Amino acid sequence: MDTKRLIIVAVGGQGNLLASRVLSEAALLTDIPVRMSEIHGMAQRGGVVESAIVFGDAESNIISDGEADVLVGFEPLETLRALNKVNSKSVVITNLSPLPPFTVSIGRGVYPDLENLQGLIRAKTSKLIAYDGIALAKEAGNVLALNIVLVGSLIQTGILPVTAENVKEIIKTKTKKAFVDTNLKAFDLGFSAAAGA
Amino acid sequence: MHKLLTENPGEKMILLGNEAIARGAIEAGVAFATTYPGTPSSELSLNLFQMSQESDLYFEYGTNEKVALEVASGAANSGLRTMCMMKHVGLNVAADPLMTLAYVGVTGGFVILTADDPFMFSSQNEQDNRYYGKLSGLPILEPSSVEEAKEMVPYAFDLSEKLKEPVLLRTTTRINHSTGVVTLGEIRPRVTKGDFKKDPFNYVTVPAVSRKLHVRLLENIEKATEISQKSEYNFIKGDGAWGIVCNGVSYSYVADAVKELNIEDKAKILRIGFSCPMPETLIKDFLKGCEKVLIVEEGEPYMEEAIKAFGQEEGLTLPINGKGKELLSRLYEFDPAMIRQCVATYFGVPYTRPVLPDISDVPEMPQRPPNLCAGCSHRATYYAVKKAAEEEGVETIYPTDIGCYTLGFLPPLSMADYVICMGSSVSSSCGFSKATDKKVISFIGDSTFFHSGMTGLASAVFNNHNFTLVILDNSITAMTGHQPNPGVDMENFNLSGYGRISIEEVVKALGVGHITVIRPYKLKKSIDAIKEAINYKGVSVIISQEMCTLYAKSLKKLKIRSFTVSDKCKNHRDCLNEIACPAFFLEDERVKIDPVTCVGCAVCAQICPENAILPLKNKE
Repeated sequence: MDTKRLIIVAVGGQGNLLASRVLSEAALLTDIPVRMSEIHGMAQRGGVVESAIVFGDAESNIISDGEADVLVGFEPLETLRALNKVNSKSVVITNLSPLPPFTVSIGRGVYPDLENLQGLIRAKTSKLIAYDGIALAKEAGNVLALNIVLVGSLIQTGILPVTAENVKEIIKTKTKKAFVDTNLKAFDLGFSAAAGA
Repeated sequence: MHKLLTENPGEKMILLGNEAIARGAIEAGVAFATTYPGTPSSELSLNLFQMSQESDLYFEYGTNEKVALEVASGAANSGLRTMCMMKHVGLNVAADPLMTLAYVGVTGGFVILTADDPFMFSSQNEQDNRYYGKLSGLPILEPSSVEEAKEMVPYAFDLSEKLKEPVLLRTTTRINHSTGVVTLGEIRPRVTKGDFKKDPFNYVTVPAVSRKLHVRLLENIEKATEISQKSEYNFIKGDGAWGIVCNGVSYSYVADAVKELNIEDKAKILRIGFSCPMPETLIKDFLKGCEKVLIVEEGEPYMEEAIKAFGQEEGLTLPINGKGKELLSRLYEFDPAMIRQCVATYFGVPYTRPVLPDISDVPEMPQRPPNLCAGCSHRATYYAVKKAAEEEGVETIYPTDIGCYTLGFLPPLSMADYVICMGSSVSSSCGFSKATDKKVISFIGDSTFFHSGMTGLASAVFNNHNFTLVILDNSITAMTGHQPNPGVDMENFNLSGYGRISIEEVVKALGVGHITVIRPYKLKKSIDAIKEAINYKGVSVIISQEMCTLYAKSLKKLKIRSFTVSDKCKNHRDCLNEIACPAFFLEDERVKIDPVTCVGCAVCAQICPENAILPLKNKE
């Protein structure tokens, strides 16, 4: 089986680990080998959370620079920061709604211009899917559903050996009951957003 | 029921490495477990703590790793299957009991988990704890994957009982914090009551006894070598004249590299999972079948030293290399591309690394370092100490300690000058204050104070030192994910039957001459109290009491009353420039407060020279 490598970057609290979990559980449904590694960087204290997920036949569970097939960023600045992980054939999916770090608030840095940011990513990869994921999450019923919106887009690209049906199955059986409807709607909205990109 | 207590052999579960190890311990029938929490091992003990609340597994958080290991040694020598877990530097604290427990041995299976942290994702050093195996004479097992980590735990218990010695299970962050598919096995019934048979001539380590026990330890190492030689965890994969020896997560990078470079018919891999004692004969035979050998191990050249010595003993002249300028580093972590490149270069395999994207035109990006939370009481205490020192006009040195509060070293607070290990704030203050004429004010958290601050404070009082110690008491071990410590009210965990120690009473009993308890959100009162303490000649202690905001939130004990910046603001930005709470942000060059992030500590409101920061009246 082909190996597919996925990096997810997010800011603590954005639900990166749940997204990784849903994808891994969906892979397990059809016995697709899956290995994941996470670095929390004191997530609860505003740091960056990075997950590497390797699908298919490989022993390694971390991903070297330039070797991710797909990069999903929950926050635009963090997507840009992770650009060293991709190559010219990679696909990048990013939320465009910024969460400026406190270093910007206290004047120790400037948040990058979003148009420029997208231009840079587009120039260095094969495809960029970028949209306001927070707006879609709100449309689905909860701002916290951003993670599942992005999972929807990721599955639409067809890069991973994981089907939409299996992801929805996991959303139904393994995410909190109260959020199942919101999450399913979020998945569909993200899926459509990628289809239109 | 806790998912790791599931009785369904054959079921596949996606587990975090630490969960997999906890499950392995449950399958092995572990009956007694102790720890002092430390990343990357913390979720392992947390899972055992949770399971102990719904089963007859006994679990306890010790005040430090030495205590945890000694407690566990008593259970293990009463015949119980026992586990003690800690991060790598924790084993330094527990090194004293470890070394002599190796002489004494155990009657029940005893597994000690040490979680190493190459690259120092959350540690102060990246020491390689495999040397503890060599130093103590105890066996070491090292898994290469999450699945194998679970399988190794029952093996480790069996090995421990066979040798009657503790066994070290050594992981790295990429095992503890990785996730994989694990197949559940049978759960062995727990034996929770044992007995200690008196045998002072084997248990009381006076010199005459220890001389005899050391002989036995050396014999045990011989026995362990025999087992290591035949262990399923030391195996050879593939065939060819190129040899690669590897351990831990490096094995996965090597296995992938050999496949990706298409050298499966040329290279054979010797994976060492039972690394102390090294399987001497197995390695010597492996070397004899190779033209050239590469050793791939993160950290120190632990295997490389042994393997080169084995080669020398056999009179072999083949190249054996590992660490070196053109090869592998002793620093940080490895990754798959690094190992692929190294294998290709070393064995002369044609390989061109894919071109990395040129990111030189990406503008400089603002950093996102972790920060003290909005409303964190440490921020308030740091501000108060800083102001008190400024107003008193004293030149200061700020030794600090290990915990969330170490983040206070970042600007604009910049309230940390020195930290080396748990407890060092107190004792290093003695040295700094004697050797300089500066005012020394040090910081330590509640859990760290119980861990190893108390002994330093006793020494400081006895030797009549002159400094101020600030104990940041947030009523929990916050950094590692809210574990209890002896100062914590266990009713917050809905648990009864625990004692509770007052830090103030401890400090008093240790003979400290000047003790003040402050509530750090009350800035003016706190600053006045701190001024008094720093003017005291001798050891003075400030206990700054306020529950961790994250913890209070999780207990639903936080009454959130958000603040807002009113029209009175004249844009001095003292709030932003002096405390930089993450609830602040700039909009059209004006400071605003995010009402969702703000918890209402009101520290900024007390700093604002215009009194422009006010409680939000009508919360939407």
